[in-house]
Amino acid sequence: MNSYDTLILEPGRYGVDAPAPARLDFTRRDFFKSLGCGVMVLFLVPSALAQEGGSAGRGGAATSEIAAWIHIGEDGTVTVYTGKTEVGQNIRTSLTQAVAEELQVPVSSIKMVMADTDLVPYDMGTFGSMTTPQMAPILHRAAAAARGVLLDMAADYFKADKTTLTVADGKISKTGGTESVTFGQLTKGQKFTKTMDNSTPITPAKDWKIAGTSVPKVDGREFVTGKHKYSSDMKLPGLLQGKVLWPPTFGATLVSVDTKAAEAMAGVKVVHDGNFIGAVAPDVLTAEYAVNAITAEWSPPPADFPTDKTIFEYLKNNVVQGGGRGGGGRRGGGAPFVEEEIQQEAVPAAPAGAADHTLKQTYTVAYIAHTPLEPRAAVADWQPEKLTVWTGTQRPFGVRSDLARDLGIPEERVRVIVPDTGSGYGGKHSNEATTQAARFSRAAGKPVKVVWTREEEFTHAFFRPAGVIEVTSGVSNDGKLTSWEFTNYNSGNAGLGSPYIASQTSVYRATRTPLAQTSYRALAATANNFAREVHMDELARLLKMDPLEFRLKNLTDSARDARLRAVFETAAKTFGWGAAKAAGGRGFGIAGATEKNSFIATCAEVLADTSSGTVKVVRVVIAYDCGAVVNPNHLKNQVEGAMMMGLGGALFEAIEFGKGTISNPHLADYRVPHFTDSPKVEIILIDRKDIPSAGAGETPIIAIAPAVSNAIFDATAIRLRHMPLIPDGLKA
Amino acid sequence: MPKVKELFVNGKTVPVDVDGERTLLSVLRDDLDLTGAKYGCGEGQCGACTVLLDGNPIRSCRTTAAEVGKRKITTIESLEKDGRLHPVQESFLKFDAMQCAYCTNGMIMSAYALLQKSPDPSEAEIIRFMNGNVCRCGVYQRIIAAVKDAAKTLQNK
Repeated sequence: MNSYDTLILEPGRYGVDAPAPARLDFTRRDFFKSLGCGVMVLFLVPSALAQEGGSAGRGGAATSEIAAWIHIGEDGTVTVYTGKTEVGQNIRTSLTQAVAEELQVPVSSIKMVMADTDLVPYDMGTFGSMTTPQMAPILHRAAAAARGVLLDMAADYFKADKTTLTVADGKISKTGGTESVTFGQLTKGQKFTKTMDNSTPITPAKDWKIAGTSVPKVDGREFVTGKHKYSSDMKLPGLLQGKVLWPPTFGATLVSVDTKAAEAMAGVKVVHDGNFIGAVAPDVLTAEYAVNAITAEWSPPPADFPTDKTIFEYLKNNVVQGGGRGGGGRRGGGAPFVEEEIQQEAVPAAPAGAADHTLKQTYTVAYIAHTPLEPRAAVADWQPEKLTVWTGTQRPFGVRSDLARDLGIPEERVRVIVPDTGSGYGGKHSNEATTQAARFSRAAGKPVKVVWTREEEFTHAFFRPAGVIEVTSGVSNDGKLTSWEFTNYNSGNAGLGSPYIASQTSVYRATRTPLAQTSYRALAATANNFAREVHMDELARLLKMDPLEFRLKNLTDSARDARLRAVFETAAKTFGWGAAKAAGGRGFGIAGATEKNSFIATCAEVLADTSSGTVKVVRVVIAYDCGAVVNPNHLKNQVEGAMMMGLGGALFEAIEFGKGTISNPHLADYRVPHFTDSPKVEIILIDRKDIPSAGAGETPIIAIAPAVSNAIFDATAIRLRHMPLIPDGLKA
Repeated sequence: MPKVKELFVNGKTVPVDVDGERTLLSVLRDDLDLTGAKYGCGEGQCGACTVLLDGNPIRSCRTTAAEVGKRKITTIESLEKDGRLHPVQESFLKFDAMQCAYCTNGMIMSAYALLQKSPDPSEAEIIRFMNGNVCRCGVYQRIIAAVKDAAKTLQNK
């Protein structure tokens, strides 16, 4: 993350005769030529240190990559181009703040062009909480460089030394003077960029005036008026609707098909290409009727397909050696395989001391569905020279590559545009709906929209992996962990290692998976911290020690542990930890964790009733430290929302399956959190202006499940080790 | 299947020419370009498709065009008047009561209907009335705060 110190900022130039920066393809050159007058700042990073990906495997001998560009037009409008996608995490706002901070322009004068593969720099995707720690500093630096260019121009204009000039509100003036010149006046008639020293300083967080404040959602008005066009809202002249005929079970292949009845329907065109069959029609209902009129025979599902009851045994019996990529199961196509390798966090050293107690327990987590409220959707417009698709994806360039491959055309002929999307939660990486729409459009000769139904979404999207976690630990009577063995089957390795003990064996074992799985918000950190933080609670109970005290006793004085300690102590203090004892079905739980350079502790208060089987989480207090806070209100929004989403997986979300099908592919049968599930939430942000900002879209989800499980134990003495904790209510 | 030839939407009669079995949601979105109402589940379980029918919130994904008849349909597109947002919309912005905002149409239309009927709802009433609207991003507490705030604004008008 300190690689920005070595960034190279080189001149970019308009026009094809200029030396093109690395990877500036013809599309981009055309785009630059099409821009009006102004000043462009291209921001290059060495490819080996490219903010994501690098050029390896992309066929270029490039030595640098463009990470972002900023254009300042003759009307003073600042346009920022980035490959990141907005899925509700409010980065359109936070990245705007980064640019506004350095350029000293109002937030409203900045236009953010995001995730349009013809207009923005290559970007691997929006995942891993990387936008804030990686893209925001790039935009800070690029905007600071642009400010430098404008100051040089203003120095010429005023015939003055630039150190005597002040930038404010989109204008530059002589310090203390009254005369000023606007950015637009300076850039009028210009078409150039200028080499900037890569040491261009950026504003430290302690001096932020726009970053670090609660700027409202920049395009909020578009959303509350219903005007914003999600990809599923896109309309083009002559648009048709497409529906796919899916295999009835996973793994089935087509044996025979009869499409005559469907083809005879007015306005219908049947598309059949290998295993891909579907129909397009002017409206969705007609397309559905057409698909229903197709008779098809399919092969049966694999005989050994497990069920949601046998899955945990299946996972343990199907370990794949050597990382197990794919592993015979279906993994998210094109999704970032960040959890594929078996990882051993630490080799056991000399035992930390003799154990007075040992504890061995097994924990499990179910497959769950991301359930973005906007299902997978795409509009495709196949033209001889260009395929254009609008779709909600976290990987616009990845989907472009996938489309090019699936349709057999060069990438340059594919344009992927991602309108701000109805959420993703780590699940919208792949291109299924997009490729379906493109195939339909190619066959129909007209633009086609495909919007998955909720049932399709529950069945054919990808799931958070199910997992089994075995923990064996030792602890001394004075409350020090003496040994820690932790094995996770299938969930993944995020959050695998324990912060509480140096000498540990923490292992992730890849397995086959019967259901298609992919990344999910915070990856396996939810599963691993659930197992660890429940196990820690069990050990504290064994020792008759306060669970908070037990945790703090096992943290060191390291900088990392100091931050973890701080969130624990802050949450506990605000919550009033220890002030009230469990009684009358009321109980209190605590859990905490660190992941992706941020720190969270959560206290939960529950009301549990063993006679009715109900559990109500009534109050939650969260302390969170992710470095310098970029937007306090939006950060609290993320923390609150992540906790709420986490509560669903904690209490009742589970995909049920068997015989090669999903048994509960409807919202009526797959319960997500509602208003009535929402506890009172108090969030304390620890604003560390001395520490670079970490991304915050994921980590706040990971502490709620163990906190709630521990609180239920406190209330009822019922120990729940399986997520979801109470799919069928609390049972004594 | 009988065709539906007109609907009464946002204060005016609009001509359509659609199969009566099609959902109101599809007709609003695909034929009338009123895309504020969203498809979320098609089961009436998430509320993203909420519009008002004679002032009552309904699930337009589970209502056919034929069922609607001559009743008054109100969609989110009609809430802003002369460039001024409705207080419910203002309050949603004030409390940043959204993330991806795909549920926001349904939340706002349900809240709008609630406040028409009950100008000063208790928190329990808000929760009960709006519990069929799902915000997968999970910002329920902000939405409750926004609805309370909008109630206050409307009462002071």
